[in-house]
Amino acid sequence: MALSLSTPAKSAGRGAEPAPRNSPLRRKRNRERLRTLGFLSPWLVGFSVFFGYPLIATVYFSFMHYNQIKAPTFVGLRNWRYVLEQMPLFGPALWNTLWLVVVMVALRVVFGLGIGLLITKIKTGVGLFRTAFYIPYLAPPVAATVAFVFLLNPSTGPVNEILSWLGLHGPSWFNDPNWSKPSLVLLSLWGIGDLMVIFMASLLDVPKEQYEAADLDGAGSWTKFRYVTWPAITPIVLFAVVTGVVQTMQYYTQALVAGKLASGVSIGPGTVIQPGYPDHSTLTVPQLVYSMGFQNFNTGAACVLSLVLFAIAMAVTLLLMRKSVGLIPAED
Amino acid sequence: MALRRIRTRVPLALGAAALLLSGCANPSTGSNTDDPTDPVTLKFWHGWSAPGEVKAINENIARFEKLHPNIDVVPTGNVSDETINQALRAGGGDAPDVVTSFTTNNVGQYCSSGMWADLDPFLEKSGIDKAKVFPKTLLDYTRYEGVQCAAPLLADAFGMYYNKDAFEEAGISRPPRTMSEMKADAVKLTRKKKDGSLERAGFMPNFQLYQNSPDRMFAQWGPEYFDGAGKAKLADEPRTEQFFTTMRGISDAQGGYDAMERLRATFGDEMSSQNGFLTGKLAMHLDGEWRGLMLDEAKAEFDWGVAPLPVPDDQADTYGRGYLTGTVAGIAHSSRHQNAAWELVKYLTTDTEAVVRFANAIHNVPSTFEALKSPDLDADPAFRAFIKIAQNPHSQGVPPSNNGGQYITSFGDFSQSVEAGRTKDLHRALKELDEQIDADNLQSEN
Repeated sequence: MALSLSTPAKSAGRGAEPAPRNSPLRRKRNRERLRTLGFLSPWLVGFSVFFGYPLIATVYFSFMHYNQIKAPTFVGLRNWRYVLEQMPLFGPALWNTLWLVVVMVALRVVFGLGIGLLITKIKTGVGLFRTAFYIPYLAPPVAATVAFVFLLNPSTGPVNEILSWLGLHGPSWFNDPNWSKPSLVLLSLWGIGDLMVIFMASLLDVPKEQYEAADLDGAGSWTKFRYVTWPAITPIVLFAVVTGVVQTMQYYTQALVAGKLASGVSIGPGTVIQPGYPDHSTLTVPQLVYSMGFQNFNTGAACVLSLVLFAIAMAVTLLLMRKSVGLIPAED
Repeated sequence: MALRRIRTRVPLALGAAALLLSGCANPSTGSNTDDPTDPVTLKFWHGWSAPGEVKAINENIARFEKLHPNIDVVPTGNVSDETINQALRAGGGDAPDVVTSFTTNNVGQYCSSGMWADLDPFLEKSGIDKAKVFPKTLLDYTRYEGVQCAAPLLADAFGMYYNKDAFEEAGISRPPRTMSEMKADAVKLTRKKKDGSLERAGFMPNFQLYQNSPDRMFAQWGPEYFDGAGKAKLADEPRTEQFFTTMRGISDAQGGYDAMERLRATFGDEMSSQNGFLTGKLAMHLDGEWRGLMLDEAKAEFDWGVAPLPVPDDQADTYGRGYLTGTVAGIAHSSRHQNAAWELVKYLTTDTEAVVRFANAIHNVPSTFEALKSPDLDADPAFRAFIKIAQNPHSQGVPPSNNGGQYITSFGDFSQSVEAGRTKDLHRALKELDEQIDADNLQSEN
């Protein structure tokens, strides 16, 4: 008995002989492994089916010519060369996506935090303001986009009408390549309710004693924000930025709907419209993926685009997480 | 030991994954061994959606079912090419047996990918000499590299609708025949508001307007998109630059691109009562033969007429031409009742009575020789004007390609940039467009 116990103990070390197949310790370890796997299995199945398999499939098809009818054929790096060297729309799509990531995420965070700060400061009508800023977030993205295209119609839209009463010549908004992306940003700021709620929760969590202490020290508003509020809400800001970056990397619906509606082209049977109106200014990489994969049935190129987007999103997220390490105060 | 295990297991796992992936990628296959006299239900997907159009196709189907009591046809309307494409690729029991498309742009892709079955064996079995049934232009746009995967099911010709009242008011006696005449007339017909914005455009050449895609307008020049080796030649085709210059000139003469776009933004949907021509905001307008019926139904508040679109000044002898396209019908590769499906396709595309009745009902140009000379064809002069355009020897469509007319989409994108004045060096930009089209075509080759 003593011997049988000592052998597995040795085997636990590096380079030691493994326990005999039927030893009790081995059986126990196997049972533990199975139990762990059992508990993990829902996640493992979900991860394998919804992440692992699609990722492997995407890598596989990125080296294949596959039109979703005939069997795939291996083409080496042809799809990669096509996307990275010969596809002129890839540059504008990537530029638009990154532009939206930088501008939209930054403004959403600033605006969401600003509204959150304002609402936590006001004394009366908090509920009314909170509701007013939150309700737009509940609007379905397509409906919200349709409304914005109507509001910003360069000729008949109320926004330009009001501007003309003020003696200003309004821009063409979604119909002007210089204004189409800012118009999308305006649309996203209108639906800022989600971020506002998150920031409000974090702002209300900041210990009041710290503000009182700062008041006693004679700190002004800015100093209190800089040295009390900001350190307390930094993890939430980081969360907002990281999720914002990932979401904006996948920006699709609003840009597609706005472009198609503003172009005025009938989307009837037989009509294939290149997304990105006007002048590719609202074309994002996810739209290009859809266009390549399900309009042109160029599966290989669509997979390459997806992988490039995935790699960029991963890199940006990792960079943000690394850079933010010093910003987040250590847990007690 | 562990390393050895990894060395053997990783390739095995990858091999298994590859097998799984390639297995999933296998398309479903159909069959043409069915007996067309056996009872069968055919799923028929088409794009018609207007009530009159749906009524007309349903009546046609009812007549077919009477002739073939063993075949039950289940139609689904308002289906886009994108949906058909995806459904046929995904396969499955609900995929259609017979499909139609409103555009000929995708025929090359349907034929080269094998998504639509080759109809030649069926035509042969039925003893139909296609050259004797269908006009050559229509046959050309329904096949690709020798594969006849589609049959013409009515054609579309494009011409010019014009507001006769506005013409009379402007003192213009007849529709323009050359681009110079069109430009001069457009200026006379343009109306401006006090603030300088446009109230009515004589003719709006903007490529985003309804049916104004550049390939349709460019057809008036009779262009060649590809050389003998299949390489794009838009930069070397002198008519391309003439085309863009002329379109830009017509736009500039009426106030410029931005003014036109602002006017366009006030238009409603193409098929609605807020259509720009119907509401009098356009005096001349490119459109297809179906618009006449719609103008009658909407009781347009002005007298209107139809004429061919003008041609370039140096090709005045080709006046009468127009862009041609059409609805095409085919059999899904995945259909297990291809012989029965052929009976429906044959009826819809070659039965003279069916073709003429349907053409009259929805005002599309008949697609067979017999139907074109049928005495039962609607005698409406506007409709007949389009039939003349369709029969003009200079009328043309666009050449098919293996990637669903991607080059037309690229050309459209490019054209929007040119008309907005954002392309500085046109010739160089056209060279780049040619390179892009060639790269896209190469990428799509099977």
